[in-house]
Amino acid sequence: MNGLDLKVLRGECFGLLGPNGAGKTTTIEILEGLLAADAGEVEVLGQRWDRDGTALRARLGIQLQETQLAEKLTVAETLRMFRSFYPQGPSVDQLLETVELGSKRDAWVKNLSGGQKQRLSVACALAGEPELLFLDEPTTGLDPQSRRQLWEVLERFGANGGTILITTHYMDEAHELCDRVGIMDQGKLIALGTPRELVASLGAEHVVEFAMAEGSSIDDALFGALPGVRDVRRDAAHLHLSTSELHLTVPALLDLLRQRDARLSQLGTHSATLEDVFVTLTGRQLRDE
Amino acid sequence: MNKRPNPLVELTLSRFREFVREPEAVFWVFAFPVIMTCALGIAFRSRGEGPVIAGVVQQAGGDELADSLSRAGFTVRRFAPDDVESALRDGRAPVVVIPGSPPIYRYDVARAESQLARLAVDNALQKAAGRADPFTAVAQPVEAVGSRYIDWLVPGLLGMNIMGTGLWGVGFAIVNARAKKLLKRLVATPMAKSHYLLSLVLSRMATLTLEVVVIIGFAWLFFGVAVHGAIWALAVLATLGALSFGGLGLLVASRARTIEAVSGLMNLVMLPMWVLSGVFFASSNFPDGIQPFIHVLPLTALNDSLRMIVNEGRSFAAVLPQVGIMAAWGGISFVLSLKLFRWQ
Repeated sequence: MNGLDLKVLRGECFGLLGPNGAGKTTTIEILEGLLAADAGEVEVLGQRWDRDGTALRARLGIQLQETQLAEKLTVAETLRMFRSFYPQGPSVDQLLETVELGSKRDAWVKNLSGGQKQRLSVACALAGEPELLFLDEPTTGLDPQSRRQLWEVLERFGANGGTILITTHYMDEAHELCDRVGIMDQGKLIALGTPRELVASLGAEHVVEFAMAEGSSIDDALFGALPGVRDVRRDAAHLHLSTSELHLTVPALLDLLRQRDARLSQLGTHSATLEDVFVTLTGRQLRDE
Repeated sequence: MNKRPNPLVELTLSRFREFVREPEAVFWVFAFPVIMTCALGIAFRSRGEGPVIAGVVQQAGGDELADSLSRAGFTVRRFAPDDVESALRDGRAPVVVIPGSPPIYRYDVARAESQLARLAVDNALQKAAGRADPFTAVAQPVEAVGSRYIDWLVPGLLGMNIMGTGLWGVGFAIVNARAKKLLKRLVATPMAKSHYLLSLVLSRMATLTLEVVVIIGFAWLFFGVAVHGAIWALAVLATLGALSFGGLGLLVASRARTIEAVSGLMNLVMLPMWVLSGVFFASSNFPDGIQPFIHVLPLTALNDSLRMIVNEGRSFAAVLPQVGIMAAWGGISFVLSLKLFRWQ
């Protein structure tokens, strides 16, 4: 990690977005006081790890990426144990209700689905009624419905005034949940702002994605000269045109292809997303797919 | 605000529940020593002065020989001439008499049982042939307290079990939690680290109590192995042994990251003690040169002191040196492991 300067405001949901290996987990674990920073200062809720470690722990809720809770304890037993570590907080029943695991109360942890395990993990993080919640890729590997259920839990926590710092490599998640987003790549913060601001910073609200049949070759500069186009990018199979004027760019593109006798094999458009922001900034995809 | 559960109680309960929900662990802690006691108790039960078996070869003169041996109280078995070697080898008879003038005794010099049988057979046959004894001595067998093999074995098995469950119970739990990043998750809470370590010890004490009751109770009920010393002294020794090996388990597990690594270390620690510390046979069988080393091993201290209390009915003061050795092992390894412990 390199010269990361970041402020998270109380009551907001802040997302750290970036590919695997970008340094998200390292960043969040330094903030959680689990790793020591080589240099620099970390202040959490107005306190510092070296001075007020114990007091600070009781004010935070933490969910780690790879924790496997004890398999042969029940959901309620696990929560009761975590609840016992904190001076104040909700009851086990309230926690179960918050994460909608009431029906799994007496089930062993090993018999829970992936989504239920993650909700239990978040419930453990909520056991001390934290002011600040750290979540490290809580929805990785979950099906869409489980992700949505978890988002609802987090939205309720946020609505009650809690602060959230979440890492993710899902753009839609950041878009949906986060008030502000920091995009990380190779240990550096490369962009910071609300999802809307970041997308707007592209200067282009839409992306035209197309591919030409083999044997057709047209110079990128010609695409760049089309009306509305702000940026041209090529990856293995596709060309991506960022544009602010979709209605001008698409007809002009089709004209150009017809003139050059090039055949389209694929064409699509979408509204610009945080993924496009990342790609524009780094020239790489957020996820290796 | 609702009531906060006690963290030490919750941690201890969690650990205890995890243990009793693991059928394999329950087997090794409770069933295994009972099966061991049972098997060894039956295999080495003392037969008292039961009838001695004597083999007689079926050939001319064999019937008369067999008759006189039967009258003298022997259990006689008849063998074909070409079966003698295998009968001796398989232990079907400790001695085989080949009729003749004089008769021939076939027996195994290397086996005490075989030698005794030869002497008894010779004695009986000489008498039957008319030998007169100058006098008949009065025999007075000793009824020493706890002198059977099973009496001697049970404290050793208990000691071995306390070592095994102490090392595994503590070490395995720690490394498992570390490998699954559960330790890291726990230190991310305001949990007191001392509570975590203490909970391992406390849940260990709960299983230990059951363990001692099961093993001693079983040996008493089925083999009549009695505790001749004070029960409280036995309890103190078992507790101290468990703490000592718990400390050792903590030390062994203080840095290991994987179950494989800790398993290797555990066996490295336990194997010499299984062999040297007098579980199945007395450690005095080893050369004098290594006796001082054997005596400072924690399992030797535990086994010796358990035998002094259980078999010999000695006072607690007599086992104070062993108590000191165990306390030192436990204390030193606990302090060392606190320094070395890797939470993440």
